Amino acid sequence: MSWISNYVRPKIRALVTRQDIPDDLWEKCPDCGQMIFHRELEKALRVCTHCGYHLRIGPNERMRLLFDSGQFTPIELPETIQDPLKFRDRKRYSDRLREARAKAEATDAIMVAHGRMGGHPVVMACFDFSFMGGSMGIAVGEGLLAAARLACMQEAPLLVVPASGGARMQEGILSLMQMPRTTVAVDMVKEKGLPYVVLLTDPTTGGVSASFAMLGDLTLAEPGSVIGFAGQRVIEATVREQLPEGFQRAEYLRDHGMVDQVVDRRELRDRLITLFGLLTRTTPEARIVRIPEGSLKLDGPRVAGGGPRIDDGRPTAEPQPADTGEAQQQPAEKRSSWSLSLTGRSRDKASGDKTPDKPKAEKAKPETAKSDRPKDTQKGDKQADSAGETGGHAHAASADPHQAGGDDETPATDPDRRAAE
Amino acid sequence: MHFLDFEKPIAELEGKIEELRHLTDDSEVNIQEEVQKLQAKAERLLRQTYARLTPWQKTQVARHPERPHFGDYISRLVDDFQPLAGDRSYGEDPAIQGGLARFRGFSSVWIGQEKGHDTATRVRHNFGMARPEGYRKAQRLMRLAERFQVPIFTLVDTPGAYPGVGAEERGQAEAIARSIETCLEVKVPLISVIIGEGGSGGAIALASANSVYMLEHSVYSVISPEGCASILWRSGEHTKDAAEQLKLTAQDLHKLQVIDRVIEEPLGGAQRDKAATIDAVGDVLEDELHRLRAFTGGALKRKRRDKYLEIGRVGLS
Ligand SMILES: [Zn+2]
Repeated sequence: MSWISNYVRPKIRALVTRQDIPDDLWEKCPDCGQMIFHRELEKALRVCTHCGYHLRIGPNERMRLLFDSGQFTPIELPETIQDPLKFRDRKRYSDRLREARAKAEATDAIMVAHGRMGGHPVVMACFDFSFMGGSMGIAVGEGLLAAARLACMQEAPLLVVPASGGARMQEGILSLMQMPRTTVAVDMVKEKGLPYVVLLTDPTTGGVSASFAMLGDLTLAEPGSVIGFAGQRVIEATVREQLPEGFQRAEYLRDHGMVDQVVDRRELRDRLITLFGLLTRTTPEARIVRIPEGSLKLDGPRVAGGGPRIDDGRPTAEPQPADTGEAQQQPAEKRSSWSLSLTGRSRDKASGDKTPDKPKAEKAKPETAKSDRPKDTQKGDKQADSAGETGGHAHAASADPHQAGGDDETPATDPDRRAAE
Repeated sequence: MHFLDFEKPIAELEGKIEELRHLTDDSEVNIQEEVQKLQAKAERLLRQTYARLTPWQKTQVARHPERPHFGDYISRLVDDFQPLAGDRSYGEDPAIQGGLARFRGFSSVWIGQEKGHDTATRVRHNFGMARPEGYRKAQRLMRLAERFQVPIFTLVDTPGAYPGVGAEERGQAEAIARSIETCLEVKVPLISVIIGEGGSGGAIALASANSVYMLEHSVYSVISPEGCASILWRSGEHTKDAAEQLKLTAQDLHKLQVIDRVIEEPLGGAQRDKAATIDAVGDVLEDELHRLRAFTGGALKRKRRDKYLEIGRVGLS
């Protein structure tokens, strides 16, 4: 709770304004050299209409493109120590920072926001390559930790979009320390059973590639992105031979088993929504069956009994036939206090479809009222704290059959819900 | 004895002493005296030099070819060392050595980069620059330690991970990331010592530990001074400046609270007395093992995570 009041001061930024570009502007594709009318380029999400080259985009644009209706809530990142080493090369690091900030979308090379994708709540952390090459120092590490904590609190998947040359040298060893720190961050998310998905963009190299960026449950990449540990010049100097065609490109990594899919930016949002759905709604949509009057005793103990299932050690991402077998079990499962986003639906069902069973509907209400709306706050803290201990199979949220809110883009698999709304 | 460039005056003095010693048969009494005088002078010079090593000089000491390496520690510190090879998916990487051993009574897993001590062994161990197989072997050994609930000791000494085509193709980045993750996950004591060069990702891959120590003249850095100079100064002439700015010495890292303790080296560096250096490291490891053994596996993992979450709040003034 304290964390959220300290750091997550949401500034609603709806539909961030596009830069004003004169109508007659053309841009040159850095790859094929062809000229593209800027409106065409924008419409194609900054993918070259001639050769398919993916131009770099900043975190704001990335989020606008991926979140539902382009809406999201950025969070303010924790303040961190500035220039801890008093580093100076040809220029002072503090001056470099100031200059970068003057031009940047955020205070450092990362932006964190939450919103919805296809109705799923999602926390996203995007790197800003234009901010000192997207390099990772303390502020970026803290940003990823904040994103991970927020994902745990909201029981939302975490999507990280790196675009970084690696560690920020000007923070010396403290930038290297962001490798274990960001690894802790994403492991907190994974241990909570929440999906951690990485979208590798151009470039993802050095200490960033060798930590959180390569630890995703799923790893996607944008076409043509340079992804690797060592820089190409360093490798060339070491091996003294020509590098293979396409070396360290997204497609090359996929062919060598390091990336799940290379996805065109124009298909990215749909692909991610499908993947999040597959990872979070793991059982068939609940069918609402009318329950005979008086046969339902779903109160305290039943609910309490729903919790421990989570610890039964079986891979909870598997379908759970028991869930669908007996109609009576459904509400109990759905009311289990393990999924915040779920409770909204269970209320719908309880009050909308099960009108005959009044006591039950009333019982469900106080619970949902408590845990539904302020998604960020309720028991998230508690669970985040204990996340370190559960060690593996607390796939609580994913065991629950649904997490969607009400968005038109939610696959229409649940007519009942729509009816209830 | 291999002397570093800044040790030239010491080398000259010691050469003179050696010469005089050969003359002692000529029975001039003052030779003995002269030798003692010169020895005192050489020691004074050595003390002065090593008390004021610049970060770049420390980098050179840390890379000293005669500094004790992984194999030296193993042969002096443990019994029954059983080297274990291979990552079980691609190959065996001699740049990272590891195995089971008995350390002062305790079964334990030892992992570390080996740089080699002559041309043949240096080539064989790839100068301590590991490929993905090396990091994956390390992960395997850490899991083995966890399965049998024995502590893990890692000795870090590497210029960095190997930058090669094959290494990249086989997932160098993933191998390092997964190695860090494994370090942070295992529910047994994990103790690391930077014994020479702690080179970037290749070092942290083995050193995300409960306790991290550095030898007095070792270095630990996000990038080599050479690499940093060529990127930020765009010139190899600024290597010394880069070493200065990177704050890569054990002393600075201790101030930054990145490491837990600096282990003193013998006068003139570890290369002058390997046995004393290794024993000093052994004593620190033994003490720390006894301290960490009091914690449960879960607590060890939690403490390790918390330790890294805390890092980065302190800067240098
Ligand atoms: Zn093009």
